[in-house]
Amino acid sequence: MSIEARHITKTFGQFTALRDVSLTVNDGELLALLGPSGSGKTTLLRIIAGLETPDPDPASALVFAGRDVTREGVGERRVGFVFQHYALFRNMTVFENIAFGLQVRPRKLRPAAKDVREKVRELLALIQLESLADRYPTQLSGGQRQRVALARALAIEPKVLLLDEPFGALDAKVRQGLRRWLRRLHDTVHVTSLLVTHDQEEALEVADRVVVMNQARIEQTGTPEEVFHHPASEFVMDFMGSVNLFHGRIESGKAVFGPLVLDHSARGAVEGQTARLFVRPYDLHIDRLQTGNPSLRARVLRIQAAGPQVRVELQAETGEAVVVEMPHAQFRESGIAPGDDVFVGLRDARVFTEDWSI
Amino acid sequence: MNGGRSYATDPAPLRWALTAAALGFLGLFVAMPLAEVFGQALEKGWQAYWAAIDEPDALSAIRLTLLASGIAVISNLTFGVAAAWAIAKFQFRGKNVLVTLIDLPFAVSPVIAGLIYVLVFGSQGWFGGWLDAHDIRIIFAVPGIVLATVFVTFPFVARELIPLMQSQGNDEEEAGLSLGAGGWQVLFRITLPNIKWSLLYGVILCTARAMGEFGAVSVVSGHIRGLTNTMPLQVEVLYNEYNFTAAFAVASLLALLALVTLAAKSFLEWKVRRVHSELEANPEA
Repeated sequence: MSIEARHITKTFGQFTALRDVSLTVNDGELLALLGPSGSGKTTLLRIIAGLETPDPDPASALVFAGRDVTREGVGERRVGFVFQHYALFRNMTVFENIAFGLQVRPRKLRPAAKDVREKVRELLALIQLESLADRYPTQLSGGQRQRVALARALAIEPKVLLLDEPFGALDAKVRQGLRRWLRRLHDTVHVTSLLVTHDQEEALEVADRVVVMNQARIEQTGTPEEVFHHPASEFVMDFMGSVNLFHGRIESGKAVFGPLVLDHSARGAVEGQTARLFVRPYDLHIDRLQTGNPSLRARVLRIQAAGPQVRVELQAETGEAVVVEMPHAQFRESGIAPGDDVFVGLRDARVFTEDWSI
Repeated sequence: MNGGRSYATDPAPLRWALTAAALGFLGLFVAMPLAEVFGQALEKGWQAYWAAIDEPDALSAIRLTLLASGIAVISNLTFGVAAAWAIAKFQFRGKNVLVTLIDLPFAVSPVIAGLIYVLVFGSQGWFGGWLDAHDIRIIFAVPGIVLATVFVTFPFVARELIPLMQSQGNDEEEAGLSLGAGGWQVLFRITLPNIKWSLLYGVILCTARAMGEFGAVSVVSGHIRGLTNTMPLQVEVLYNEYNFTAAFAVASLLALLALVTLAAKSFLEWKVRRVHSELEANPEA
């Protein structure tokens, strides 16, 4: 079932959590809402669930598969909601937690006790916790609790699954495992899912599409590849991973950052405009000798070789701190050491200019 | 720890002296007077004791006390849960005022609480004329006693629940709603089970206070024997008449009720601790 949120604004007193946000989730897709804390992503999720009401506005609407649900309560919307801190019912066992959604149905719609048991067994098998049906939530590990929370949400056969930072409270190792498990689960269940996260790795790995949010607005919507390789704004570029930042300006169709000069004629920027250059650490390379391409003179300060890549910290001639990452083999070949004077060249970079002219 | 001295332990004589001082103080000011209540009550034997209690005025006092505290506990239970729910789970204007109001009976002397009711409902009070005209008696009658008891025991349940409910947050309730449960289902299946031990604890404290209340009730009661005397008031009346055996007999009943409450409270505390330690014993599996 598709979800459409139109012109949603939400304020809490003086604070604006969402500013005229519109969003579409396609049927059967897993969409990630990605952004730093305070960007409004959780508020948007809670509004879609019906746990918060958007500010009144004639243009604003929530549409599930063509049906306007703006005025429906949280219970009527049939959404499965998974909370960051699990929110399992502490006075109930795992079994009772999962069965809850079926047992609170009005008498006419309530499945027979036998069917409830059957359904819960199925879900327990799905989350691979069959042996723990009689445990209480406090007797489970974090990862197990979150799986129970997911099974509980799936028990009501929701048309939409909403996950609020579902792995945020877990340690890195468990998080990775659960992430892949969630993706596999989505591929079997095919329920339209919306996942809120502040972890870009999680969003890129799990989602079909990613929506990047910042300061109550949507910055960019796209596939993980689009968002990662073609960030639409400085914010997205910065948020998607560590970057080197250089300040410069536009001069006769070229973006000039000290000794680094890049062609900018195709982008039609105004002469004299300030510009910023963003380069990923792995898009920089280090040469001992100056090549024909634009490069920066820099001195190696520190080398950190523990990790999947070697991280080299340098001080550029222009004063900026620069970080370069390279594979171990390449690092050994280059033979650079702290104190060396080298040249830093660009492989790929993005130039952003101000959106307004001065 | 195994009996040997460590730098963290004081020398034995000091430890003994401190323990003895504490126990001696408790004995002198708590245990001995309590024993004396029972001693005095039984001084003339079980028969005299029984005769003092099996007497219309005394029985009426016991009935009134049970009635007033029963009503007070039930109404404060309802109000306490409602107020704690509102305060812990919702943001609204005037919340601080409500919290302060709940604490008011703790701060105000019970005598003043009684006087307030006399001013409001007494024959010279705001509603006095209207009440007289409709032949409704509140002051110097049972309703006044119930009202005074309710007022004095107002904060116990709410105070016990608010911090717990605040720490538990809204997540479970929201989860329940998202799974399709209605408001009452959320209350009875999620909220109440989560607070049951604290609720029971608040009820016990509330009961103890309601049965022992003297000041506020004394002002509104009018001390009419067999009609508006509660147990504490009956004790005072009998004592003032130098009827010591009867006074102490009723007092001993009150003291007994207090001891039962105390035992129930300790049991609850033990039980809650055990539930917690059981649950936390094996979190990873």
